[in-house]
Amino acid sequence: MMDLNLIPDGGISWLDASGPDSAVVMSTRVRLARNLTGRRFTIRSDAASRRANIEDVVAAGRDSRKLADASIIRLDEIEPLDRQLLHERHLVSKELAGFSPERAGIKEAALITTGKLGVMVNEEDHLRFQCLESGLALGEAHRQLESIEKELGNKLPFAFDPEFGYLTSCPTNAGTGLRASVLIHLPGLVLTKEINRVLQGLSQVGLTFRGLYGEGSEVVGNFFQISNQTTLGKSEAELVDHLSTTVRRVIEYEEEARQILMRDARLVIADKVWRAYGLLRYARSISFEETMNLLSGVRLGVGLSLITSLSIYTLNKLMVFTQPAHLSHAEGRELNETELSSLRAAYVRRVLEEDSTRLA
Amino acid sequence: MQCQNCKERPAAIHLTQIENNSVTSLHLCEQCAHDKGIETQASLNKLPITDFLASMAKGAMGHLPPGEGSGECSACGASLNDFRETGRLGCPECYQSFRAQLKGLLRRLHGSSQHVGDAYVWSNDIDQPSLGDLREKLRQAIHSEQFELAAELRDRIRIMER
Repeated sequence: MMDLNLIPDGGISWLDASGPDSAVVMSTRVRLARNLTGRRFTIRSDAASRRANIEDVVAAGRDSRKLADASIIRLDEIEPLDRQLLHERHLVSKELAGFSPERAGIKEAALITTGKLGVMVNEEDHLRFQCLESGLALGEAHRQLESIEKELGNKLPFAFDPEFGYLTSCPTNAGTGLRASVLIHLPGLVLTKEINRVLQGLSQVGLTFRGLYGEGSEVVGNFFQISNQTTLGKSEAELVDHLSTTVRRVIEYEEEARQILMRDARLVIADKVWRAYGLLRYARSISFEETMNLLSGVRLGVGLSLITSLSIYTLNKLMVFTQPAHLSHAEGRELNETELSSLRAAYVRRVLEEDSTRLA
Repeated sequence: MQCQNCKERPAAIHLTQIENNSVTSLHLCEQCAHDKGIETQASLNKLPITDFLASMAKGAMGHLPPGEGSGECSACGASLNDFRETGRLGCPECYQSFRAQLKGLLRRLHGSSQHVGDAYVWSNDIDQPSLGDLREKLRQAIHSEQFELAAELRDRIRIMER
């Protein structure tokens, strides 16, 4: 099994709740799609050219300031469980990990990562730079990404057209190749049934939303991933600022919804929150989906100061470490569904107990 | 209240528009609102955003006019039909080969086909393999019958020769 210590911070500093607005916004992610000129896009390339892509990007990374000491992980040389683990940490996409139904099976692919900053090689595009930050930190994430992208762009020839911008495998990413997204927790808007109006409003201003794991994934635990829908015709800064401003508005709506809930339904909300906490604290077998939904209730309780003995960091950690590959990794072997549910419950109980005694 | 358009059915959609500091109100029935292309709550509910996104990513080429694009990309041989099926282009050069069609598609997808972000200029870095290196690699690729790699090397050489 993979030694996660090889990745700086284990690649999960984005969940430490140190960033701005991190009680509502769990994390920020910005990515830039780039392709090497004169080469076929990944899905139409053969093994030799995919290997050449990896070799060239790795060499350019080693030769750069920002990626000189980065960890290099060949996805096609590690176990499926380890690939899933990286996906659960948001370090690689489903596609790069070889779990995408459209591109089943693992092909030559690599992750170059410093923890926060990384490059996926041979995703749908040859290079997908990405930066993960805690809380709402779009500008910061973009700044970091830009510097590493510029460095590699001086060493590798990127496919670029003066009219269409950066050329990507799918035209929905062309232009800036920039997709910025925030993972935001909106239980107040869901409970007050205002969420559909907010989501429809997003689509009217060129933004879109997805579930926890990106494209095609379901919304669980009232977590939404909000991102820009278009990538061409606006500058990088405009795209990032627009998302940032809109997300701040959404946070305000969420806070208003929470105030209404506390004004009109205080007892119902308090009951919901404490029941969620009680179940997590004492359950003996629990699915990941139920865990996420209960954690959403508890997170709302912490946000409303109904629960004061828990930190947001603990809740973030629970969201990541209760996933199947994480539990299996901790146990040192692949677990079946029954084992997963029981070990998940045991892990949650232990973490909640530790946190309540430390903060009490 | 009666629909202001057909003056028959009861108004169900109430629109308030603010234009040049003057407020106008419009009261329409479902049918007339639909005919005027105004999206109602009911019609929005029929189109979950996630489905829309999935269809956008995958069937992006569905927006291309049919019948066009019998040609192939001069660099990779991909056709517009390949793109219609997969939603993915073959290589960066496809944007040149299918420029007119893609320009229209990009406008529909993004509202614009003109990049206004960072401009990129490839500076032929000294770290890059020289033309001689690439020609030697091409010779080896042909010798070892790695024809796809050879084709890519040939493309890279062409670009450097320009």
